[in-house]
Amino acid sequence: MTQQSDEMAEKQDGGEVPDAAPLLALDRITKAFPGIVANDSISFQIKPGEIHALLGENGAGKSTLVKIIYGVLGADSGTLSWNGAPTAIPGPAAARDLGIGMVFQHFSLFEAMTVLENIGLAMNDQRDMTALKQRVIEVSTSYGLPLDPDRHVHSLSVGERQRIEIVRCLLQNPKLLILDEPTSVLTPQEAEKLFETLRQLSDEGCAILYISHKLDEVKALCEAATILRGGKVVATCDPRQETAQGMAELMIGQKLTPTRRDGGEVSRTDRIMVSRLSIASEDQFGIDLREISFKVRRGEILGVAGVAGNGQTELMSALSGEIQNRRQPDSIRFDGLSVGSLNPAERRALGANFVPEERNGHAAVKDMSLSDNAFLTAATRMKLMANGMMRHGEIRSFADKVISAFDVRTTGAEAAAGSLSGGNLQKYIVGREILQEPGILIISQPTWGVDAGAAATIRQALMDLARRGCAVLVISQDLDEIFEICDRIVVISEGMVSEPRDIEAITVEEVGLLMGGLHDLADTVGSEGRANG
Amino acid sequence: MVRLESRGDVSRAWSLLSPVVAIVLTLISGVVIFSAMGKDPGLALYTYFVQPLTTAFGVTELLVKATPLVLIGIGLSIGFRANVWNIGAEGQFTIGAIVGGGIAIAFHDSDNFLLLPVVMIGGILGGMAWGAVPAFLKTRFNANEILTSLMLTYVAVLLLSYLVHGPWRDPDGYNFPESRLFPAAAMMPVLWEDSRLHLGAALAVLAVVGGWVILSRAVIGFQLRVVGQAPAAAKHAGFSQNKLIWFSLLLGGGLAGLAGVAEVAGTIGQLLPSISPGYGFTAIIVAFLGRLHPVGVLLAGLIMALSYIGGEVAQIEIGLPAAVTGLFQGILLFFLLGCDVLTHYRIRFGAPGRARGS
Repeated sequence: MTQQSDEMAEKQDGGEVPDAAPLLALDRITKAFPGIVANDSISFQIKPGEIHALLGENGAGKSTLVKIIYGVLGADSGTLSWNGAPTAIPGPAAARDLGIGMVFQHFSLFEAMTVLENIGLAMNDQRDMTALKQRVIEVSTSYGLPLDPDRHVHSLSVGERQRIEIVRCLLQNPKLLILDEPTSVLTPQEAEKLFETLRQLSDEGCAILYISHKLDEVKALCEAATILRGGKVVATCDPRQETAQGMAELMIGQKLTPTRRDGGEVSRTDRIMVSRLSIASEDQFGIDLREISFKVRRGEILGVAGVAGNGQTELMSALSGEIQNRRQPDSIRFDGLSVGSLNPAERRALGANFVPEERNGHAAVKDMSLSDNAFLTAATRMKLMANGMMRHGEIRSFADKVISAFDVRTTGAEAAAGSLSGGNLQKYIVGREILQEPGILIISQPTWGVDAGAAATIRQALMDLARRGCAVLVISQDLDEIFEICDRIVVISEGMVSEPRDIEAITVEEVGLLMGGLHDLADTVGSEGRANG
Repeated sequence: MVRLESRGDVSRAWSLLSPVVAIVLTLISGVVIFSAMGKDPGLALYTYFVQPLTTAFGVTELLVKATPLVLIGIGLSIGFRANVWNIGAEGQFTIGAIVGGGIAIAFHDSDNFLLLPVVMIGGILGGMAWGAVPAFLKTRFNANEILTSLMLTYVAVLLLSYLVHGPWRDPDGYNFPESRLFPAAAMMPVLWEDSRLHLGAALAVLAVVGGWVILSRAVIGFQLRVVGQAPAAAKHAGFSQNKLIWFSLLLGGGLAGLAGVAEVAGTIGQLLPSISPGYGFTAIIVAFLGRLHPVGVLLAGLIMALSYIGGEVAQIEIGLPAAVTGLFQGILLFFLLGCDVLTHYRIRFGAPGRARGS
């Protein structure tokens, strides 16, 4: 995809006026929160029609900065100029009046209402629903964002929901569109479609501020980039002239050590066997698991790719035992034993460990100490209790072991889990499970929202664990991650899982097609065909 | 413009300071109320809160009143940690008194030294049985334990009333609605001569120690804390929610039952239509005022006991209405809940907030 999009970006470059006055100029914007300076004297400019990337790791200050631009937060100091004139943006409504639109990472949509009703809710001056419907259809067709205004939101995929948010912004004729990590919920094909829309918008003169940490995308799409680290601008560059590696090193401020993927025999023994697993979701708008079957062998890492909300949560709960399947205890077997009716503690006693996606409140208790959090899942296998009492000495030393083995930056084992940064807490959680030397590890979104350094540590630890004979199942939305560490891959879509494929024998495009769901694909292609034609 | 801003984290300092501030605000309200009633506020507060502590008798009476509050408060605070809202301790207290008292009445001519232990165990089991009902309804039918435990309180109180008006009425009691007096062998030994301070006070101290061991050393206490703070994490760890609900309600019921039997076999000596000035409900305030911590519950129990004693003294000495006791307890809980907001939020003065979730 990069090849083609580079060309398109070049073409569009030609149309640019070299000395165009900036549409938006930030001058020494500073914003501090208790204990941290989130934005430290940040300055940069966006020209009309420019696609400008804002790059940085989690915690670099990207979100704070765009919230200031969109009027959600006020800056402590610094000036924001719009079309050359210093402007105050006291709130999102004022930002919209200026012509700034924003698509947040987390959508604000009502599931039980239709697309049109959701759009209508955000329009202050639009009372006539028929006219609005007409405009929605016009905008969505002319920008290649197919949408059926009468569908209910709960029946839409995440990609379609994102289109509602974008259309909602476009109806306001924005001059600047801000997108926060828009592709994190999209398949590669959907992402490519989105880029076409964004290039079209840019050609029409709408500037785009594109927030991401995916460097390939930024190279393909953007003509300027501002890189943040620790709340400061560390570089401004033209991403088309830079290598992804170079930008990554600017982003994290250190050399990247690539993960090592060596040796380790994948044996024939199946450690995880899932056969015809079907579970109805407990959530009204959740996804039912339908006839899921796969196996994970000793020494192997199996990746489960998929767009968020296609049954990953349900699959994780079923595998960990948070949802039990008493009717079909045989549908899940660990090392040959039927575990479908066991609870998580009982499954753990058999040598299986789990890391759920959500750190705070699920994998760890935020207000409890790291020691207490070690006890949470390691109590039985690490013999941290005796006669119904907690063995505080042993708990403490196990926690210390995790902290030092995984280089967790903290004030000590008595620090509250909530006081750690996302990456450090994730290292602690993963470390807590890995130091129990599990025979089976099931981990969801292992590096979600984690800084690059911590992510590399975690991925390496997973690979090392597999080499020691553990069967590892990784559920991830991050395709790069799956291609980096997994031996085989399955794709989950609408609660169903595809046939496993060797990672060497499948391309990103093929995975993308599977992620979109085959039955879904037919009608998407059909309607998009009409829209583009 | 005053607004509340999330602290993002729980303030430990405020969580401990909040009860102190609430008590001070309650005293200030007391000054206002006493002035409005035409009493000298200084004298009234002195009579209410200080005078009871000036005599040995007053102090032992304070401990007598604190005993049921602390016993019940410990049980409730452990359940509240797990978000099990047992509001029916008053009923469990009453059933404990009925079962223990029933045994004492049945063996009214016994002088066997085993009678007291049997009476006490009967009281504990009675309270546990009354706590088991909401536990069963909650785990089996997901019925809200707040409603079921509260409603069972009225059943228990009416049952006691029926018994002392009917089958258990003292045959030699001139038709007064009272049971016969318990035999000496069923009565709790007095700890302090010439006072009513009985064995129950020592048991309350034991309960404090036991509560501390459960919460900070025992695995079950850890599980209760996790369920209360992060239910999803408890599920992930594999803790059985139902087991913890049963444990909370049986422990709370058992301690309330023990408090009930200690009240009738230690302080009153017989069954009466009314055996509690609302200890089971006041203990809810005690649990929260004590920050759901055993030592805090002990201190809070003493403070709330003072509100009972002070109320009595103030009635006698300066003619304040009996309702003042309930008024003070209510105001204190009100301020406490208000101040607790500050453990999660801080007050900001300035322009209305522009922060919006994203």
